[in-house]
Formats: sequence, structure tokens, C-alpha cells
Amino acid sequence: MNGEAAAPMVGAPMVEAKALVKRFGDVEAVRGIDVQVRTGEAFGFLGPNGAGKSSTMRMIASTSPRSDGDLRVLGMDPDVDGPRIRARLGSVPQQDTLDTELTLRQNLQIYGRYFGMSRADVRRKATELMEFAQLSERADGLVDALSGGMKRRLTIARSLVNDPDLLLLDEPTTGLDPQARHMLWDRLFRLKAGGVTLIITSHYMDEVEQLCDRLVVMDDGRIVAEGSPSELIARYSTREVLELRFAPGEQGGIAARVAEFGERVEELPDRVLVYTGDGERALEQVHGRDVRPVSSLVRRSTLEDVFLRLTGRTLVD
Amino acid sequence: MAPTTSATTRDATPTASARRGLLLRMLPAPLYTGRARALLERSAMVYSRAWLVFVSGVVEPLLYLLAFQVGFGKLVEEVTGPGGETMSYVAFVAPALLAASAMNGAVFDSTFNVFFKFRYNKTYDAMLATPLGPLDIALGEIGWAVLRGGLYAVAFLGVMAGFGLATSPWALLLVPVALLVSFAFAAIGMVCATFLKSPAQFDFVQLAVMPMFLLSTTFYPLSVYPEPLQYAVQCLPLYHGVELTRGLAVGVLDVSMIGHVAYLLVLAAAGAYFTAKRLAGLLLR
Repeated sequence: MNGEAAAPMVGAPMVEAKALVKRFGDVEAVRGIDVQVRTGEAFGFLGPNGAGKSSTMRMIASTSPRSDGDLRVLGMDPDVDGPRIRARLGSVPQQDTLDTELTLRQNLQIYGRYFGMSRADVRRKATELMEFAQLSERADGLVDALSGGMKRRLTIARSLVNDPDLLLLDEPTTGLDPQARHMLWDRLFRLKAGGVTLIITSHYMDEVEQLCDRLVVMDDGRIVAEGSPSELIARYSTREVLELRFAPGEQGGIAARVAEFGERVEELPDRVLVYTGDGERALEQVHGRDVRPVSSLVRRSTLEDVFLRLTGRTLVD
Repeated sequence: MAPTTSATTRDATPTASARRGLLLRMLPAPLYTGRARALLERSAMVYSRAWLVFVSGVVEPLLYLLAFQVGFGKLVEEVTGPGGETMSYVAFVAPALLAASAMNGAVFDSTFNVFFKFRYNKTYDAMLATPLGPLDIALGEIGWAVLRGGLYAVAFLGVMAGFGLATSPWALLLVPVALLVSFAFAAIGMVCATFLKSPAQFDFVQLAVMPMFLLSTTFYPLSVYPEPLQYAVQCLPLYHGVELTRGLAVGVLDVSMIGHVAYLLVLAAAGAYFTAKRLAGLLLR
């Protein structure tokens, strides 16, 4: 590391925000949030588009000054020590910012040079990271020829060029097919196992559930819940969910008729959700009441249900 | 090398800044971290595959020179140059063309190339996620335009010497003057590039550059203009570049040259500073 002053103290938080605010003109994108990210954990910001996740991430990445409140990243103030903080961060932005005028290998090498690494170091590192991202065969081709998943992998590889202590991933898998997503998740698991602290934003609840030890749910610039995925599900939802789908036009009034079979009932445009400890039993009771859905499904509660409970809306519209 | 790499790879610490010069100590760290050179390396990487474009930059002013030598030179044989000396028309125009080509190259480099990196490719967003600051980016990009301008100037000067148009040893100073002109115009050009919203607006750049090229005493002396217009022409940045190159080419020096140099230096510094401010305001918001 970089001398005693820059090394993170054991147990000290990687990121600590208090009453953090971000304003763009009259719009308040982040409205006073408190967050602590510990060393070595994978931390998630879950929320719909426009919840303030990316604004928060950019403040942590020290590329966007805060409007109010307090923020420490790696124990330093981004307003004062931006370059020193960024020297130890890796950043995967929402949109790829790869250098389209350079080859894959050159992308990694020059990025290392921006961090002040020696030429020999960046050469070695580029080869190593190309291997990690499984892009070695494409090393001397241009970026434009890559698929979306490959570009994402290269962006993640690039963010690792300086061996960051903290890796920020803003919607890392948005727009990728399932296969590409799983491959990215695998790379992120490896990094976490290697001791890198991860902060991930996503509006995919399965992604956050898979990757994160702890998360906050954001809505409209505020944090509405905090905990591990299983804690949040236990706190805000039931063990199981019964989903009932009806033919178009036949859903009206159903929610009231089945309300007594669960702890809670949510009515969505295309289905009715019954929250219950025992989904199969609830389904029997529904059938006993002569309610005939087109299809029914009993499943485990997810973070999506937590979000629905907290905000009354689904994550991805 | 090996034992020190871990220290040198992340030297964004204040201790490392002590040996990195005056600029670094004067400016706040978020604006400048002293790594503008990394951008020059990037440009060198890009152009290592496209070096042929340099040839066009060298050839273009030479065509001008040839046209004046064999064409115009036949019609206008002699003019009164700096210090009242009589000289051939080609010798009068050649140093001005050198300054103008430095301007053209710098403006092209700093508007066209910068615009696409800035608006579409998000190249600078990626850089600003590293320790680099906006002034590193400004100086790095301007620096590339200056290197390019320097290359063209050396080629041009070589041809001038070959035609016997550079008669004084002072003419060697045309190269640093060309670098200064490149720097000033690249810096101003880059500020302008941050205001452009679409490629169609490059016409505005042409609208500024073309009259400057034609009117800045490039082709005739200042005395041609009526007095009020003379003051207007003296405000044009290229005029100061032309005055410097024309005087130095024949070795006629005077005190006003300090003023010309100062004008261009101020323009260069202001351009670099406002470029950094614009980048910070637009990308670090």
C-alpha cells in the first residue's frame, strides 16, 4: 500500500456518509442519507431508476462534490483528497467509457498510466487482467468490435488496474443477457474472495440478493430500509408468496375476497400477491372460496417484495 | 525498479508532489495532479496507427508556399517588409503562413478531436475517475496540439530555408514562436470545444478562423488598413504571431515583440485555465 497514512485502519469504515445530500439546481437527488460500508463487505444500493443511487455512487467515487452533509471515503474527505481517494478506487460507471480509439490492451495500459504506474507494471497488469476478463484473444483488437458483455468485462478489468481497495459498480449488468450476467457475477465473487470491498447499485433484486452481504433500499433520494437480504425479507415480508394471475378483466374485487388468507395482499396490474407463511395452504383456501385464477405460483419472498412493501411500487416498471 | 514499484505506482501523496514543480504547488490538488504526460502517451498510441495524417499537415502549408513562389511572386515582385527593408513577396508571406499553419493545426486538433472525446466517447469522464484532474487533461490535450504544431513548423522552416526565405539565424526562433502560437490557439480552441453542442457548430469555428487567417496581416502589412481598423486587427491573436514570425525571419527585432509574446502567453494561460474550469464544471458535477 501507500505508506501508513493511506492504509485503511482495520475495522474502520471504507465509506461513511452522514446526512449526505446531492442537489442539482432545484432537484434534490439525494436527500440526507446515512451509510456505512465496512472493509471487505459487498454492499448494495437497491432502488428504482431515479432513486439517487448513481448520484450517491458518484459522490463516493469523488467525481461529484456533495451538496451537504458529511462524507468520508477511505477515511478521507473527497472535497480535499479527491485524487488520493481515486488512486485507490476502481470505478465501473453505468455507461461504458472505454477508449474507442485504442485496442483492448492499450485501454488497460493507458488507464494504469493515469494512475501513475510504471510502463513495465501496466504491461504486466494488462496481460493479467485480459486473462481475468477472458479477453486475451481480443487483446489487440479495437473496442468497438466487442459485444455488450465483453465491453462490460473490459470495463471491470480496467477498474482493477490499480489494485483498488474499493470497487464501485454502478448497474454492472444492466442490458446484459443472463449468461453474461452470471459470468460477471462470478468475477465479482472472486474479487470479493480476494478481499476487495464492493459497492454495487442495481435495480435487479436477484443481483443484489446474490452478491451483497448488506444493502440499503433507496427510494426518492432516501434510504427506506437497511440490512442483509435475509434480514430485510424476514422484517418486511412473509416466508412465502402466492401469486395469482387472472384472465384480463377478471381481477377486480379478488384482492378483498382472498385478503383473509394471508398476512397481507398486494394487487398489481397483472396479478394478486398473497403474503403468507404457507403458500400451498393459502392456495387451497383460495380454491375453497371458488376463486379460479388462470395460473398460480407459490414462491419464496424476495427483495422485490420488500421493495413493494416499502414503496408500493415494483422495482422495474 | 522492482522494489520501488509499489511506492511509485500510486504516488498521489503530497510527499511526491514536492518534486513535481511549481504548478503543482500553486494549484489545488483536485484540479491538477501533474500527470498531463499520460495524455500525450495516449495520443501517441492513437496516432501510432494513423501517422499518415501528419503528412497532410506538413504538405498543406508547403503547397501554399509553392503557390506564392511560382504564382503570386510573379505578379508582386517586391514589398516593404519589417524595418523598411525591401524583400520579395514570398519572403514576406512565408513566415506569416508558418504562424497561420500553427494556428490551423492547433485549432483543428483542439476542437474536432476534443469535441468527440468530450461529447460522445466519454474519454474524459473515464480519466476523471482516476487521480487525473481537469487541468491534467487540458494541458495534456493542448500539449499534443503543440507537439504537432512544432513538427509542422520544423518542416515548414526547413522548406523556407531551402527556398532561401529565412535569411537570419534568428529564424531558428520561428519554431518556439510556432509552439507558442499553437499553445495559445489550442487552449482557446479547447475552451470553445466545450461549448459546442453538435458537429454542425464547427462552422462557427471556421467562421472565426478563416477571417483571422485572411485579415491578420498575413498577406499584406498593417499599414494597408485605415487607422480604426488597424486597432481592430491588432486585437486578433494571429496578428501577434505573424508580427513575431515575420520579424524573426529576417532578423529585425524590436521591443514590441515582448508585447506580442506576452499577449500570446496570457491567451495560452487563460485558455488552459478556463478549459480546466469548464471540464470540471461539466464533468465533475
